Amino acid sequence: MTSPQIAVTLLGLAAVAWINWYFFLAGRSSATAVADGGLQRVRVEVKGGYTPSVVRVRAGVPVRLEFHRDETNTCTEEVVLPDFGIRTFLPAHRTTPVSFTPAEGTYEFSCGMGMVRGKIVAERKA
Amino acid sequence: MTNTADSLTADTESCTIPVTGMTCAACSGRVQRTLEQTAGVATANVNLMTGAATVAYDPEVTSPARLVDTIRSTGYGAELPVAEESSEELLDAQDAARAGEIRELWRKFLVSAVAGVLMMVFGMTGDRGATDAMRYLQLAVTLPVVGWAGRHFYTRAWAALRHHGADMNTLIAVGTGAAFLFSAGVTLFDDWFAAHGVEPHVYYEAVVWIIGLVLLGNLLEARAKAQTSGAIRRLIGLRATTARVVRGTGEEEIPLAALRAGDEVLVRPGETIPADGVVLDGASNVDESMLTGEPTPVTKRPGDPVIGATLNRTGAFRFRVERVGRDTVLSRIIRLVQQAQGTKAPVQRLADRISSVFVPVVLSIAVVTFVVWFDLGPAPAYLQALVSAVTVLIIACPCAMGLAVPTAVMVSTGRGAELGVLIKGGEALERSQEIDTVVFDKTGTITEGHPAVQAVEVAPGAERAIGLDETRLLALAAAVERLSEHPLAEAIAAEAARRGAPAPRAGGFENRTGRGVVGMVEGLRVAVGNAALLRELGLDPAPMAARAGEQASRGYTPIYVAVDDHLAGLIAVADPVKPTSRAAVEALRRQGIEPVMLTGDDRRTAETVAREVGVPRVVAEVPPDRKLEEIRALQAEGRVVAMVGDGLNDAPALAQADVGIAMGTGTDVAMESGAITLMRGDPLGVVTAIDLARRTMRIIRQNLFWAFVYNVVGIPIAAGVLYPAFGLRLTPAMAAAAMAVSSVSVVSNSLRLRRFTPKGQP
Repeated sequence: MTSPQIAVTLLGLAAVAWINWYFFLAGRSSATAVADGGLQRVRVEVKGGYTPSVVRVRAGVPVRLEFHRDETNTCTEEVVLPDFGIRTFLPAHRTTPVSFTPAEGTYEFSCGMGMVRGKIVAERKA
Repeated sequence: MTNTADSLTADTESCTIPVTGMTCAACSGRVQRTLEQTAGVATANVNLMTGAATVAYDPEVTSPARLVDTIRSTGYGAELPVAEESSEELLDAQDAARAGEIRELWRKFLVSAVAGVLMMVFGMTGDRGATDAMRYLQLAVTLPVVGWAGRHFYTRAWAALRHHGADMNTLIAVGTGAAFLFSAGVTLFDDWFAAHGVEPHVYYEAVVWIIGLVLLGNLLEARAKAQTSGAIRRLIGLRATTARVVRGTGEEEIPLAALRAGDEVLVRPGETIPADGVVLDGASNVDESMLTGEPTPVTKRPGDPVIGATLNRTGAFRFRVERVGRDTVLSRIIRLVQQAQGTKAPVQRLADRISSVFVPVVLSIAVVTFVVWFDLGPAPAYLQALVSAVTVLIIACPCAMGLAVPTAVMVSTGRGAELGVLIKGGEALERSQEIDTVVFDKTGTITEGHPAVQAVEVAPGAERAIGLDETRLLALAAAVERLSEHPLAEAIAAEAARRGAPAPRAGGFENRTGRGVVGMVEGLRVAVGNAALLRELGLDPAPMAARAGEQASRGYTPIYVAVDDHLAGLIAVADPVKPTSRAAVEALRRQGIEPVMLTGDDRRTAETVAREVGVPRVVAEVPPDRKLEEIRALQAEGRVVAMVGDGLNDAPALAQADVGIAMGTGTDVAMESGAITLMRGDPLGVVTAIDLARRTMRIIRQNLFWAFVYNVVGIPIAAGVLYPAFGLRLTPAMAAAAMAVSSVSVVSNSLRLRRFTPKGQP
């Protein structure tokens, strides 16, 4: 092996490691819902992903996720909460509320194609 | 629900509030009691199954918002009902966004296509990128494509990257970005590259074609996706905009939103019926096909129910509005279909799992491809490595995977709704394809469910012993039966009324489930039921057993009547078989599905009906509370059981079945109780539902197979696995074309379900 080959191989390995670390392990933003008169509200920014991507709420109390989609990327144009039978279009640059009451457990939400993802963690005590 | 509507007076309003968190009857009872004790509430009806409170209230004392607070004070969740317009508004917004997107993609594609053609012309001059001037010219043509037409790929990829996310844009951005930056570097700093032994090779043409083809793919995909929600849009579009309300002596045209339950509305030929209600006078034929799939217009006379959004054909009539807004059949259908489209089929889990790791994995594969070509490939290795890595990035198509299941579920549930078949969602679809046994709850599914008295016979000796004649026998039986909810009771009461028999009052009513009813009428103990009831009362049915047998063999249901300690007589009631029952049973058997008939009727009656429609297996004399066990028994045989019933009396059995199919007619449908709801009482609907489910699942499997195999085969070929053996490689532009075709083909395949037509119907 020549030295450029060794260098490219090592760089390649480093790149693969970084890709897997960055997309699978690093940075998950999380937020706990704010209770507001028996209703838990969380604003979720939709731009290339969900911020926060993990939403912590109290189980058994109505939740309103307010999705603010601040982009025209069609990948995020729909949000799906399969456990609650919700599939909603999110108009660009607007806030679209989605309401449901979760029992204790973890629920996924995602874009229409399931690539952009977030999680709702409903706990007995939050 | 109808109680609420009936008790509405001029100054009360009604609303339905979704209540969450209720798990048992005690929960719904508590909410209902609390509501009933609230000031301003006339009636409250909390339904555990639908999770909704229907409240009639005085708008001057309370409001829906306060009622929501009241419900929340009980510890359960409630939300103000979302205005119907909101889903419509969202659909409009989606339409507008989609139209804008299509226009923009079209413009961007045109610019890219013009640039692509220019590149081809440059290529034909023979010195593609060979001279300095040509490289600059190509760079100039590529800049608007990268900087404008394809700009969103880069900005969106960047936005996703910042959130540790990666999608289709990431792949296109990295692929075209690498090729473009390398080419631009070679163009601008050719001396430096030459000094380091790098040939001045550029890939502008590939960049332009990739962006152009991906844009074309996105354009076609957007157009196809717009069609997947067509059915729900058509349903929403069915709604009338105004209603002609009868006020005093005149009539007044008011907007639909102002229409209230209790209003009397005039409908002329050719007009859309604005809300659900009951015909008061006039007669007409109404086209209900858009909601129930029933192809022939339905005759409406006074007393008949009409469904909002259906089309009045021939005559004019006046009807009383019973349900408006969210509570109408149309709104419930729309809600149900939207919810169904929000669910996920279990089969999607695998696709989801792949989608969620797809892009980072492809990025990794691209890096490995680069390294392997760089280390082992032929010279110039760095160019081969770059092209192969870019091809991998471009051919990978996560969209096909992500679209495979949801588009099929969308189109299928929408098409089902147009045919009067409401499917609850992906899971219901998936389980329906496996059905091998369909259990019909005979009354109301195979038969009309409107029994009529066929014969009345007084027992020998009874006439003398207790002074009975046919009319008196009917009157006594009717008095007791009126208190029961048995469908045969109505037939006896109707016949008694028809013969002008006086209707005495009954007391001490006792319902002996599965056997009959007992009550006191004018000091006499009257028992109406089957032979088992007689034996239970210590009476011998033998004197009339032969007659009963005869009637049963004709398909009638013989009902014994006993008065005090005497066998008094026999009333034969028959429920006519529906005209399409036989065809439905035959169609099921052709598909390898075994039909089973379940009924509380006696064995001989049941067998006669079964023979008439061709059902080979009959489970007769099953009391309502044992239907569930019969379903369990069939499941224990390893069968996947669908249960067809009215969804009201057999809700537990429907819930126990693998697929519960609730069959109703028009306004009277228990839509929420089954996995599948048939909007009309035609047993052929069962065949349609199973057929649609099977076809949908076939489409889904094709989509998933295609999306999966495409990537599993395409990515390695793009990486160059066939190169060492066959010298075969793909160019980045070929990869872009394949990728564009891939996602469009998945959506187009799903759209084939729009043309689904039920067997045996035009």
